[in-house]
Amino acid sequence: MTAVVNVFLKEGVLDPQGKAAHHALDSLGFEGIKEVRIGKQIIVTLETEDRAKAEAEVKEMCETLLANTVIEEYTIEIA
Amino acid sequence: MKVAVLRFPGTNCEFDTQYAFEKLGHSTELVWHEENSLPAESDLVVVPGGFSYGDYLRSGSIARFSPVMKAVAAYANAGGKVLGICNGFQILTEAGLLPGALKRNTNLHFISKHQTLCVVSTDNAFLNQCKKGEVLTIPIAHADGNYYIDEAGLLELEANNQILLRYADAQGNSMSINGSVSAIAGICNKQKNVFGLMPHPERALEAILGSEDGVRMLKGFEA
Repeated sequence: MTAVVNVFLKEGVLDPQGKAAHHALDSLGFEGIKEVRIGKQIIVTLETEDRAKAEAEVKEMCETLLANTVIEEYTIEIA
Repeated sequence: MKVAVLRFPGTNCEFDTQYAFEKLGHSTELVWHEENSLPAESDLVVVPGGFSYGDYLRSGSIARFSPVMKAVAAYANAGGKVLGICNGFQILTEAGLLPGALKRNTNLHFISKHQTLCVVSTDNAFLNQCKKGEVLTIPIAHADGNYYIDEAGLLELEANNQILLRYADAQGNSMSINGSVSAIAGICNKQKNVFGLMPHPERALEAILGSEDGVRMLKGFEA
């Protein structure tokens, strides 16, 4: 199975890269942008075909290493 | 004093750190990240600056799982003194030995310059040779030095005198140069035996190189 993990800075934690991209888009003339957030996507390919097991394992990976939950939040999609 | 200096793939301040402590008359030993233990009777463990594991994922996030870091955690939990400089500070926060986290600088730049700092707390094993409110000039060189901690955490740092240094102007007025919460440049843990800072005191030992303010900082550990 494949797990797609998206890691973003938590709401309320300033995202300097998102802000810089937002300013750049504004100055290029793109209008109506409320917010730009930049995160990272981590794709983990697993041997297991057990969805629940995959989800549990990847959640543990996120809590341990893939995200720093002091400043980041994450989502997991299993496919 | 016997100083253990850790070395990870990508560390690049280990020799400067050795030089600094040896210049002050101490013995040093480099410790490779794959070691499971620290040299016997180490009086201080330094996690030096650099770019461990290429800063992949997040600065310090991979290094914290190195075998030697288990020994460092045990050493710190037993009351041993640990100092993290720059990438070392990032590693110690990732390892949970210090609170908070270090994010990308607000202006997204790698900032490399001599920076004035204001001494905030001196009732600890690190800055006891400095005076509260004193302005020190110490080099900084980092892209991920933007210290973050939530409001409750900040109140706790303040209440326990855990804020060591703040970025400041030449008069000592605090000034967040990289987005750090409360302009924080360095902190310690509640027990005051684990210290972390983004500036590099080991690069400020000779007036001819711009500043010798680092001498008094590092000498603090001798007391």
